[in-house]
Amino acid sequence: MPVRMRTALVPFVMLPLAACAGRQSALDPHGLQSDRILHTLFIFLIIAAIVWIAVVIVLGIAMLRRKRASDRPLALHLPFEQASGRVVLGLGLATLVIVLGLSIVSYAGQRTVFAKDGNALTLKIIGHQWWWEVQYEGDSPHQSFTTANEIRIPTGQPVKVELESADVIHSFWVPSLTGKMDLITGQTNELQFTAKNAGVYRGQCAEFCGLQHAHMAFAVLALSPDEFGRWRDHENENANSPTDELGKQGEQLFRARGCALCHNIRGTLAGGQLGPDLTHVGSRTTVAAGTLPMTPATLGAWIADPQHIKPGNYMPKMPLQSDELIAILHYLEQLK
Amino acid sequence: MRQTIVRNVADLPTYGYGPRSGPWWGAMGFMALEGMGFAIAIGTYLYLYAVNTSWPIGAAPPDLWPGTVEVAIYLLSIIPNEMTNRVALRQDLPKVRAGLIVMSLIGIVLLVLRGFEFAHLNTRWDNSAYGSIVWLILGLHTTHLATDLGDTVVLTVLMFTRHAQPRRFSDVTDNVFYWNFVVLAWLPLYVLLDWVPRL
Amino acid sequence: MSMAADERELRDDGLSSLQLSTRLESIWRTPSGFFGALMSVDHKVVGRRYIVTAFAFLVLGGILAVLMRIQLAGPEQTFLSPDKYNQIFTMHGSTMMFLFAVPVMEAFAVYLVPLMVGTRNIAFPRLNAFSYWMYLFGGCFLWISFLVNTGPDVGWFAYVPLSSLQYTPTKRPDVWAQMITFTEVAALAVSVEIVVTVFKLRAPGMTLDRIPLFVWGMLVTSFLVMFAMPSIMVASTSLILDRLVNTRFYDPSSGGHPLLWQHLFWFFGHPEVYIIFIPGTGMVSMILGTFARRPVIGYPVVILSLIATGFLSFGLWVHHMFVTGLPQLGAGLFTASSMLIAVPSGLQIFCWLATLWDGRPVYRTPLLFVLGFIVIFVIGGLSGVMVASVPIDTQVHDTYFVVAHFHYVLIGGAVFPLIGAVYYWFPKITGRMLSERLGRWNFWFAFVGFNVTFFPMHLLGLIGMPRRVYTYTADMDWAHLNLLSSGGAAIFAISFALLLVNVIISLRSGALAGDNPWDASTLEWATSSPPPPQNFDRIPVVKHRDPLWFDNDSLPVVAGLSVERREVLLTSLAEAEPQTREASPEPSLWPLITAIATTIFFIGSIFTPWAVLWGTPPMAVALIGWFWPSGSKEDEE
Repeated sequence: MPVRMRTALVPFVMLPLAACAGRQSALDPHGLQSDRILHTLFIFLIIAAIVWIAVVIVLGIAMLRRKRASDRPLALHLPFEQASGRVVLGLGLATLVIVLGLSIVSYAGQRTVFAKDGNALTLKIIGHQWWWEVQYEGDSPHQSFTTANEIRIPTGQPVKVELESADVIHSFWVPSLTGKMDLITGQTNELQFTAKNAGVYRGQCAEFCGLQHAHMAFAVLALSPDEFGRWRDHENENANSPTDELGKQGEQLFRARGCALCHNIRGTLAGGQLGPDLTHVGSRTTVAAGTLPMTPATLGAWIADPQHIKPGNYMPKMPLQSDELIAILHYLEQLK
Repeated sequence: MRQTIVRNVADLPTYGYGPRSGPWWGAMGFMALEGMGFAIAIGTYLYLYAVNTSWPIGAAPPDLWPGTVEVAIYLLSIIPNEMTNRVALRQDLPKVRAGLIVMSLIGIVLLVLRGFEFAHLNTRWDNSAYGSIVWLILGLHTTHLATDLGDTVVLTVLMFTRHAQPRRFSDVTDNVFYWNFVVLAWLPLYVLLDWVPRL
Repeated sequence: MSMAADERELRDDGLSSLQLSTRLESIWRTPSGFFGALMSVDHKVVGRRYIVTAFAFLVLGGILAVLMRIQLAGPEQTFLSPDKYNQIFTMHGSTMMFLFAVPVMEAFAVYLVPLMVGTRNIAFPRLNAFSYWMYLFGGCFLWISFLVNTGPDVGWFAYVPLSSLQYTPTKRPDVWAQMITFTEVAALAVSVEIVVTVFKLRAPGMTLDRIPLFVWGMLVTSFLVMFAMPSIMVASTSLILDRLVNTRFYDPSSGGHPLLWQHLFWFFGHPEVYIIFIPGTGMVSMILGTFARRPVIGYPVVILSLIATGFLSFGLWVHHMFVTGLPQLGAGLFTASSMLIAVPSGLQIFCWLATLWDGRPVYRTPLLFVLGFIVIFVIGGLSGVMVASVPIDTQVHDTYFVVAHFHYVLIGGAVFPLIGAVYYWFPKITGRMLSERLGRWNFWFAFVGFNVTFFPMHLLGLIGMPRRVYTYTADMDWAHLNLLSSGGAAIFAISFALLLVNVIISLRSGALAGDNPWDASTLEWATSSPPPPQNFDRIPVVKHRDPLWFDNDSLPVVAGLSVERREVLLTSLAEAEPQTREASPEPSLWPLITAIATTIFFIGSIFTPWAVLWGTPPMAVALIGWFWPSGSKEDEE
């Protein structure tokens, strides 16, 4: 694995291992919807392949067959002209039948993919340049919480995401679970999907949203319903208080060095709203919206110089001494 | 390749009127695409109207009198316009001059009225999307009005010079034709701008 | 009309053919010298400039493509910064669409349509010259801006709110939007010229059912331009207004809506694809007829297909917006309407296949490109059927699958026929043949290079790669296919280098072409190569859809046109019966001056709204100068 330039600059960082990316492929479906879409795609693909092969075969025969003797271009054979006219129109009609048939297949698929289930778990996802805010709505306000760049869902249960944007248009796309839907400024879109299998599914912004569009990914963790319930209860709780001296120092520095101006950590004095909520950041799987896998090294590298890892993003490089960085890192790691 | 003359066109005229002339078709083409521009602007207005619950947004509807007076003048202007057309087809230079002067004056009056209309829209372009589209549509039509007025004035001057040759009469009829387009375009815009906000 | 003038005037029937040629040449030629060149209103001169400029932009756009392919050849590359990459992909798309694909088709039409319909110049030649200058200035404006790091970086469809002042507080989107205005003015002008040329300047006897298929294609295309481009004009103007004077078209907090932009853009943007593709099919029909050695089967079917394509193309813009949360049933209907366009496209393909089936194909380079076109374009059409399906589109929209799809359609459907057209008409335009040997190399490099570049992208999209990402991580499994694609791009780039080499060598030392090197059937081959300034010494009379096959040693012509002034013959719309002998404008500097004044107005008005005020008088003066009669013979009839 090649040494990545950006990590070389951060003194105490080891080589980050490749992120456990999770699946991100429409050809590897693990949701009811992606399954159905792939099914539709295959029907189209088979018909397209047949049509293309037929055209190429006819073209080949047309080129190879023995030709008429006359070399006068206008010496046309009337019966052939009439017959070919009928064949052309017949093929045109066949094309019409095929596309109408495919339209019906498509619409049937569409109905299934976009079917709504009133019993769905509801999440709100708000797109930001270049990260994802995720809000879980509980039955009561104190069961609602906000997290970022990572979505955990139960398998086998429909999930409804309400999609909004805080700035420009983004697009929510987890190909292994379902097709995409845009997050449009001033509008709320809805998307429902159901994960069939537990696993990690990677998603990525699919609508160009500016400088760091390429680094606006997220992970969807599909958990068994029990596991999901436990995670949700835990996630709903306030942040862990630091247990050791270094952690306490980190918590203070988090406020003193300006981090808290943008980041919220529930249960502490850090209440910024501009950046991702970090209440349980230590338990997430990636850093910087899917840019790097979550390890102490990558998190440290990110805090030390976010502009190096994701140039142009809105997290400024803060002037931190290395011992300050270590303290903050230690604090954040404890926020499981 | 050997050429065989099969036909002689020496007797044909050197200019024509209406569909027999090239510029007439050119004017048709530009009217078609400008008409499409108006249609798109109207579509934009209706789209914004449809996606907003209140309309007009944060403003009173435009005052009715400037647009209504304009409609009256536009419709009446068809009469001198058509008369200009007829005398141009007859190649009656003095009457064509008179017709063009009248049409220039009508254009100037309408342009002044248009100034009042902007002042009585009761909204600004930067107030809301409503204000923006109203100003855009009115501006678009005003551009057409001003362009046609400029064209008429230049043609009027031309007809007082040595260039007042027979083929200029064809230009006059094309100008008449274009004015009808400006009039025709105003009618739906008037309904849209002045009456849709009152629905 | 004055019969007295007729009596005095010298007519072409009183001259020997040599005298006639000389006289006509002296009144139709472009004045010599630098200023003479700037004054030219000859459709062939303007058309040639248009073609060369469009190919120059193709080269520039192609270089950008290569830069992107270098960046994406492997994961985590730092060859381009994200800022540069975003500018480059925006510039690539904008250049290819607005400065290459549409203009190059119009360029060929400007050059060929008057010759094909048998007239001496395009309708409104000064407008034509103006159109070229606007296009040139608009293109230079965009590229100079890019070179000083102000290239647009919001994608070639510049979605709001990303392109709004709030999220892009630089001049970059303004440059993009105003470049649109330049090129749209140019395209609209050419379209009106083409329509009037086809309607009124056809040679006597060229009834509607004898018009060459390329000309039919350009006629339909011109109408598409006239009805599609006003939409993007409204869009780009309102974007500039939002950014400059705070209008609220796209501001959701003041009643505006971001989706309005998408509707306006795609109402233009989808017909735009057919504005590029239909001329390509016209070229295919012409080349196929000539090299299959028989007329294209189903002439009326092809024409009706073109017209049907034109109408349908306005009813499917919503398929670009399937993932914006539109009502499901509506989206489903747009699936059907989008797929329906496969019917007219299919009919044309079937006609071409039938033509080849019955013909005696001569496998010269132009035909090779047409065969390549059929193989490639059918793939693009079929993947188009896929993206028209709402459920499939939710997966492939904005991914490399779509990138593959539209390159198959646009390169397959338009660039392959275009390169074929270059080989086909180069002899007419320059008088020399392109090398057949290099042509074959050119074709195979293009065919292989294209497919290796773009086919893997289908798969890349399906395995999750979104478009417009400047890089990707190594663990995404995209590296191998990207590397393959970049390798293909190198091969594809070589094919264009071969074309360039071929053109340069053949210009100097290619075999002389003669009037009709391919034994083709249409009127452009009835005059010398390159054609003289007057195109034809006498206007041909058309008695058959394939006049030069119908009678290949004698051309029926009309006499009686002036040899003292520039005169073209106007004929009736349907039957092409002669109606008038109208004057055709002389060379003039005013179109250039007007274009300069307009350029100042346009560029000024992205910096200050007051430019509308101080920019108008110079334009008005230039226009008056343009239309004011010069007192010459042409003007004073």
